[in-house]
Amino acid sequence: MSILVIAEHDNQTIKPSTLSTITAARKIDSDVHLLVAGHNMDGALAQAANIHGIMKVLKAEHSGLEHALAENLSRVICDLADHYTHILAPATTFGKNVMPRVAALLDTQQISDITAVIDGDTFERPIYGGQAIATVKSSDTKKIVTVRSTMFDAVTPEGGNAPTEEVTAHADFDKTAFISLEESKSDRPELTSAGIVVSGGRGVGSGDDFTKLIEPLADKLGAAVGASRAAVDAGYVPNDYQVGQTGKIVAPDLYMAIGISGAIQHLAGMKDSKVIVAINKDEDAPIFQVADYGLVADLFETVPELMQKL
Amino acid sequence: MKILVPIKRVVDYNVKVRAKTDGSDVDIANVKMSVNPFDEIAVEEAVRLKEAGKAEEIIVLTIGPEKAQEQLRTAMAIGADRGIHVVTDDNVEPLSVAKALKHFVEKEQPNLIIMGKQAIDGDYNQTGQMLAALLGWPQATFASKVELNGDSAHVTREIDGGLETLKIALPGIITTDLRLNEPRYAKLPDIMKAKKKPLDSFTPADIGVDFTNRLQILKVNDPPVRQGGVKVGSIDELIDKLKNEAKVI
Repeated sequence: MSILVIAEHDNQTIKPSTLSTITAARKIDSDVHLLVAGHNMDGALAQAANIHGIMKVLKAEHSGLEHALAENLSRVICDLADHYTHILAPATTFGKNVMPRVAALLDTQQISDITAVIDGDTFERPIYGGQAIATVKSSDTKKIVTVRSTMFDAVTPEGGNAPTEEVTAHADFDKTAFISLEESKSDRPELTSAGIVVSGGRGVGSGDDFTKLIEPLADKLGAAVGASRAAVDAGYVPNDYQVGQTGKIVAPDLYMAIGISGAIQHLAGMKDSKVIVAINKDEDAPIFQVADYGLVADLFETVPELMQKL
Repeated sequence: MKILVPIKRVVDYNVKVRAKTDGSDVDIANVKMSVNPFDEIAVEEAVRLKEAGKAEEIIVLTIGPEKAQEQLRTAMAIGADRGIHVVTDDNVEPLSVAKALKHFVEKEQPNLIIMGKQAIDGDYNQTGQMLAALLGWPQATFASKVELNGDSAHVTREIDGGLETLKIALPGIITTDLRLNEPRYAKLPDIMKAKKKPLDSFTPADIGVDFTNRLQILKVNDPPVRQGGVKVGSIDELIDKLKNEAKVI
């Protein structure tokens, strides 16, 4: 059995989600190969060869792969599929975009967003926004799988010494064109891989107060900033801050929910965090049912105090 | 311009779902059912394109039980022109849904397909991408903004780390994210009117697609319950716990 992992990268660096996906792959078999498909990607390739546990790096270089367009990338993956029993990618917007396209071209029913590997055919995955966990067994001969990266530890990005092999890159689909990427600029750690996340909800009250209270607290802790859907809908912060079933799924060592009531859809995005702290003035808020440490208090008084005493 | 909008009848997003005690599935007897929220956004987007004079006809399609007709009528009350219903009680997987949709795409020849990025029951997030692959069409997933310009569309996508804009040639497939629009509430006269709009029903046999599942559900459990912890009385106590008990700061 050989397993192919599709690397998520920006041509310069390999994303942490890839490292977690490799861990999931190694639970199936140790012969794991990593496909790095892109353009002008010396940085990503050097990192890829270094990753612990990778037996071979496959390099697919083409200008049509620079932005990981699903139409082109799926073609490259399908051309390699014969050699592999399992093909895995992170269940990020990258993997969610391309893998179903691969699965359909291979006439395979994809297994999305796995949270545990039982064996080579059997996996656990959340359904109904994480309100239930299904154990599913695939009867397809080839498995196409996306991996919830927060549920698997990252492999060590160093210590490996994998050979790199160049593969043919068909990347000439001409009905889709990349126009632009507006990156959310931040000096803070990335939300889905941060060790600490500080999130604000509707209780924060305004975008101004979000900037004055939540963001400085996050910076003090070296944390990423998140938000509930209510805070995003109210326009306090941009939508890529959203933690929840329909936003980002996070599982940091410490999650601080400030002014967040704890709607089901928010809990689905953060309940696997190791330690949860909730600060809310409503003592009946559902967030307290999942919080390890709850403080019933006015956030406008306690957050400045917390910042001062840290 | 003809737009096809596939939709799904799902458990309403406000319903708290639990696994059955025998672990065979989730228990959804007698709970409120609705149009999948992402699909409702897809219907709304199609209707706005029609209202802007950029589309002539909107077909809404579902694969599901007899009662899924309610969701087709809801979509027609929002503004879809006619409905297609493949009646089945099976729990159809995304690959089979994509194959069934391909059958109707070839028959109806739409220029654009708008559909939800995922259904909130199975949470697969596959069908749109699979249908695009089967048709050899371009795809623009997780859309937060759509601009039609004749035979192409500029679509802004919500991706991890920012917003990406793609140009796709039509015919093509767009899947919707939450912030694309806010669906309207259907007004009573529109609900009455929707009851008279044409609706064609089919059986799986009519369309010749095998609905056999490839994924066998071995069991369905409630997720591990997270034990609530303690209430602390002050910031000092909180800092002490985080430093000395949890050791996370």
